[in-house]
Amino acid sequence: MRNTISAALLGTALSLAMAGIAMAQDKTVKIGSLSDQSGLYADLGGPGSTLAAQMAAEDSGLMAKGWKIDIISGDHQNKPDIGSNIARQWFDVDKVDTIVDVPNSGVALAVNNIVKEKNGVYINSGAATSDLTNAQCSPNTVHWTYDTYMLAHSTGQAMVKAGGDSWFFLTADYAFGAALERDTTEVVKASGGKVVGGVKHPLNTADFSSFLLQAQSSKAKVIGLANAGGDTTNSIKQAAEFGIAKGGQKLAALLLFITDVKAIGLETAQGLSFTETFYWDLNDKTRDFSKKFAARMKNGAPPSMVQAGVYAGLIHYFKALEALGSNPHDGAKIVAKMKELPTDDPLFGQGKIEANGRKIHPGYLFEVKKPSESKAPWDFYKLAGTVPADQAFTPIEKSTCALLKK
Amino acid sequence: MSINLQALSAQLLVGLINGSFYALLSLGLAVIFGMLNIINFAHGAVYMMGAFAAYFLLNIAGIGYWPALILAPLAVGLFGMVMERTMLKWIANLDHLYGLLLTFGLALIIQGVFQNYFGSSGLPYAIPDALKGGMNLGFMFLPIYRGWVVIFSLVICIATWFLIERTRLGAYLRAATENPTLVRAFGINVPLMITLTYGLGVGLAALAGVLSAPINQVRPLMGADLIIVVFAVVVIGGMGSIMGSIITGFALGIIEGLTKYFYPEASNTVVFVLMVLVLLVKPSGLTGRAA
Repeated sequence: MRNTISAALLGTALSLAMAGIAMAQDKTVKIGSLSDQSGLYADLGGPGSTLAAQMAAEDSGLMAKGWKIDIISGDHQNKPDIGSNIARQWFDVDKVDTIVDVPNSGVALAVNNIVKEKNGVYINSGAATSDLTNAQCSPNTVHWTYDTYMLAHSTGQAMVKAGGDSWFFLTADYAFGAALERDTTEVVKASGGKVVGGVKHPLNTADFSSFLLQAQSSKAKVIGLANAGGDTTNSIKQAAEFGIAKGGQKLAALLLFITDVKAIGLETAQGLSFTETFYWDLNDKTRDFSKKFAARMKNGAPPSMVQAGVYAGLIHYFKALEALGSNPHDGAKIVAKMKELPTDDPLFGQGKIEANGRKIHPGYLFEVKKPSESKAPWDFYKLAGTVPADQAFTPIEKSTCALLKK
Repeated sequence: MSINLQALSAQLLVGLINGSFYALLSLGLAVIFGMLNIINFAHGAVYMMGAFAAYFLLNIAGIGYWPALILAPLAVGLFGMVMERTMLKWIANLDHLYGLLLTFGLALIIQGVFQNYFGSSGLPYAIPDALKGGMNLGFMFLPIYRGWVVIFSLVICIATWFLIERTRLGAYLRAATENPTLVRAFGINVPLMITLTYGLGVGLAALAGVLSAPINQVRPLMGADLIIVVFAVVVIGGMGSIMGSIITGFALGIIEGLTKYFYPEASNTVVFVLMVLVLLVKPSGLTGRAA
């Protein structure tokens, strides 16, 4: 009898110890890809971002080492309240560790607060606002792919240098448009140009003719498009219709994705110059990944820079987890590790994450090819210039992030 | 704010262009509601199908804009008639709500299928060569294509109105909705007329889709974004009134255009504010009959 009891006790002690080991060796990760799954940003993020996350999990090699990686997706419908609710539910009920993608700066900023409150990890690829690594920066956030500062300083500066010294803005009326207009205005003024006017249009506008007429009558040399996705493609298409270019005014597409160029068509888009941090046809590594990615996409599209950012961000995240040995379920700790490790992935090359959460890599100035120059279905860009990594993003000493004041 | 007369007239003209689309779409809705008593929520989806039909005709069959202007509405109209015969017919005698829910569900399915295959960014469709370019009107640069849209839609709207209100066929139709049993007693094939009417309404939406393809992107959700505004137009004009829907369509396009000039941030909401006001003052709409 005594033996049985002691055996039972021993068994309990052992199982408790085992449980303890299991806790310390927790190798489960749950990642939520939160995006616009069906609206105007769905093609540049959406289901493609979920696929990118899936591919990152497969390519990380962690699953062969006994890790269990779950990837789920959610549709924020470009509404901050819906995005916040999903994020809360993911952390509280579904025990999600990490949220990725989140295009739409309005939603991105709302989710940023929740991830911080719940001590999760936030690898934002889709949103543009530079506030994520400045006023709104958080120890739980990495802003991977691009931001409004980068766009303003590359495309904006290049336009002013080429003689476009008076600007009129068409701005999407929410956090992103405001941030992009603000950052570009700074660049234009700093380079000796001036802003003669602007108009704020609601998100997801089909008809831009009224706004374009106002831009036309402003006589500004450059019409800056501080909008994205479907809004940008409609602006560009209709600007061609209203003869903006023939009137001597230039369009500055501050943010343009490969999916947008596809939607506009090369006939209308040719000659546009803009900045991205990733293009599928940059080098062998990007081509190789893009081929595998496109084969798994329903419409055979190569990855957009946002989807590439989701992949690369997660590859780095998995490296940090591997270095930690197990998943501590402590977002700030994991992000600190991510900042500590230098980044190196096939899509963005070598780089680093600054203390404010800003991922640093080069920016590329592209020009859209003429229809005659395009040899393959997605062969759209030619490289016009490279902004080196150390100049592409906000210099760390200029960042207003509170994490830097210590 | 000082009002620049030139800019103002330009905005009025631009408003008229958008109004043409509102008018064509709300006209189709009014025809369907007036004759079939169905609130056709699939209207945005068939509008989108019209644009896609034009795209397919061009890219698969090499058929250009002009034939598409006839072929696409015919094809989509035919699709609508099949829809009416196989589904809508069975709920014709039930409450409005059933038709609304059925067509709403159909719209979601159609849009979902297109989105699955074509994504959300859309496809390009070029302006036909004959209508490229523009002319300088002094106060604005008018793309010829936009001018064409206004004139063509006006013609179509008036022709439809004439067909229903002033011809013998239209008289049969109107009689058939008042008292189908009696009209049938005169030897008129009422179910066939109803099917054709639904086809006509759907065809009008598809025509608007073809017209808009060169201006906007050919996108799966192009109709979903527009249909809410068009419903507001129909509510303001009065459900079922043909002339009312045409006039309100153009008028609201103009009001929206003016809002874009004076306070652009509100341009997406002004139509709904008007709708609320009209509903408070005259619930049956400006020209509508009591429901």
